[in-house]
Amino acid sequence: MDKTVNQKAWLLVLPVFLIVAFSAILPLMTVVNYSVQDTFGNNQFFWNGLGWFKELLDPSTDLGSRFFASLWRNLLFSGIILAIEVPLGIVVALSMPRQGWGVAACLVILALPLLIPWNVVGTIWQIFGRPDIGLLGYVLNHMGFDYNYVSNDFDAWATVVVMDVWHWTSLVTLLCYAGLKSIPDAYYQAAQIDGASRWAVFKAIQLPKLHRVLLIAVLLRFMDSFMIYTEPFVVTGGGPGNSTTFISIELVKIALGQFDLGKAAALSLVYNLIIIIVCWVFYTVMTNAGADRQANKGVA
Amino acid sequence: MARIDLVDLAHSYGGPAAPEDSFALKPVSMTWRQGGAYALLGPSGCGKTTLLNLISGIVAPTTGKILFDGVDVTSLTTRERNIAQVFQFPVIYDTMTVGQNLAFPLKNRGVPRAQIDARVAEIAGLLDLEPYLRRKATRLTADAKQKISLGRGLVRSDVAAVLFDEPLTVIDPHLKWELRSKLKALHRALDLTMIYVTHDQTEALTFAETVVVMHDGRVVQAGTPEELFDKPMHTFVGYFIGSPGMNIMPAEVKGREARINGHVIALNRSYDSLPVGAKIEIGVRPEFVNVAMPAPGLLSAQIDRIDDLGRARFARLRVGDVKFAARVPVGFAVPADQVGLIFDTSHVHVYADSHLVEGAP
Repeated sequence: MDKTVNQKAWLLVLPVFLIVAFSAILPLMTVVNYSVQDTFGNNQFFWNGLGWFKELLDPSTDLGSRFFASLWRNLLFSGIILAIEVPLGIVVALSMPRQGWGVAACLVILALPLLIPWNVVGTIWQIFGRPDIGLLGYVLNHMGFDYNYVSNDFDAWATVVVMDVWHWTSLVTLLCYAGLKSIPDAYYQAAQIDGASRWAVFKAIQLPKLHRVLLIAVLLRFMDSFMIYTEPFVVTGGGPGNSTTFISIELVKIALGQFDLGKAAALSLVYNLIIIIVCWVFYTVMTNAGADRQANKGVA
Repeated sequence: MARIDLVDLAHSYGGPAAPEDSFALKPVSMTWRQGGAYALLGPSGCGKTTLLNLISGIVAPTTGKILFDGVDVTSLTTRERNIAQVFQFPVIYDTMTVGQNLAFPLKNRGVPRAQIDARVAEIAGLLDLEPYLRRKATRLTADAKQKISLGRGLVRSDVAAVLFDEPLTVIDPHLKWELRSKLKALHRALDLTMIYVTHDQTEALTFAETVVVMHDGRVVQAGTPEELFDKPMHTFVGYFIGSPGMNIMPAEVKGREARINGHVIALNRSYDSLPVGAKIEIGVRPEFVNVAMPAPGLLSAQIDRIDDLGRARFARLRVGDVKFAARVPVGFAVPADQVGLIFDTSHVHVYADSHLVEGAP
């Protein structure tokens, strides 16, 4: 059957198109415009072609070395926090009560870190970790640990990582908890009947059923941690040295510190591209898993 | 393999303080013979799943005891009870193959590898699952999945009983027949005690040697299909089993006579000591009442319609205000409005407050 074609329908899309144009496409085009030009101020621009991109992707240049160093830092950071937050989130979700007043209490406590503005989180940990007045820093130093996130690379990393774990494990936990709640009782009853141990129940029932929410959790946490800016900026400012300078911090330094608009624009675009590619890969994986399941239902 | 005894077993989801009327399962005592094939039959919400979950230990009883071969298992967990249960909807371990699914209950109990393989092969053979053994279980159809669930229930040869909780709900009708006869064959082949919960009387009557009928949290009758048909102990059994169900009508019963609307029906037995003040009814299955041309001496009835069930025709009637069904003899030309009823008096039962009263010979 032919579908009715109604050209007026385009009018309904127009408002969205305008909003997207002004909020995303125009700014992006500006960045693209900057990325292929050089300027010496006075609003005078010179054509530079792909020069900035070549420099960015060449580790022997200053820009390239800074980009790759911060990229590896970012990947390392995302790897570490995923390796901690995902298992920890699952464990916390598994140990939460299933019913009664405890559920509400746990949910409220878990939601708290998620409700705090990001730079407030940074400020909390910045003060918390100070060796002179911060509770954490003061106690650690008096226990004999030489802890100072301002001067020691490892301490700075530990502080940023612990802060992120504190801030975001709740998200993984909440997603997993929702996933666990959706498993029908019959599965647990069948497992009891089949004599499964606690570990076998986790491996054979809970983990497979959490598959999808975990993909979402990993995706969200990867994106967020890969774009992290506010908290490390507030706590360490990217230091000591460059040890906690992630891509976003590097970008701000280049764009607003040095006012190298061309380099910053090129970096922005590559940064953006990496995120979009990772998003796309995750999305494909997830929809494929979903399609698998749909196909099964079709057969059934 | 064990005999299962229930002693004053009762369960209330509202706790022991709740009034007994609200109990999901009212106190029941009964014995399940080793190797028997039982069906628990009753409408939704009558407590049959509760009873099943009490036996398997998923639910802990409010009062009473459960004995396996005389040993009190009431306080044991499901895992310690050595019982198998198949649920209404297929439960499949997604990450495992069909073979691993079947082996799971044995593997968890540390059965030696060779023994597991042999038993899994046997059960897979009985359930026609052999071609799928190495396939991932998630990729199968709903009825294949339910077969796997059944297989996991049957794979242990030493269980006290295998409990089925409406296991054929999700199965296509044409496969239902096949699976049901398969279950019956499995029962004969494996010598396991099986308890089968269902609200479908055909399923219960074809599967079980003993059918336990439940109503409103009570076991109202346990017997062979013939007993349930010939001599329902409770008006509910008469009404629930059989299609159309038993005719139940209020009557005045005295000695060997029942009086309905001033009409007298002779009874085979004598009922002299009926409880005073009880609601007295007579019950007779439609199969034992024939319609005839109206005649003096016959109870007359108004015709609502005739149902042709293929093998037999039943007249849907009205005696006074009470609905009534009766058989139409082969070749009988049914008159337009009124018919007379001929009762087979040996199959007319008397009920006091819904319970069967055994008359004196």
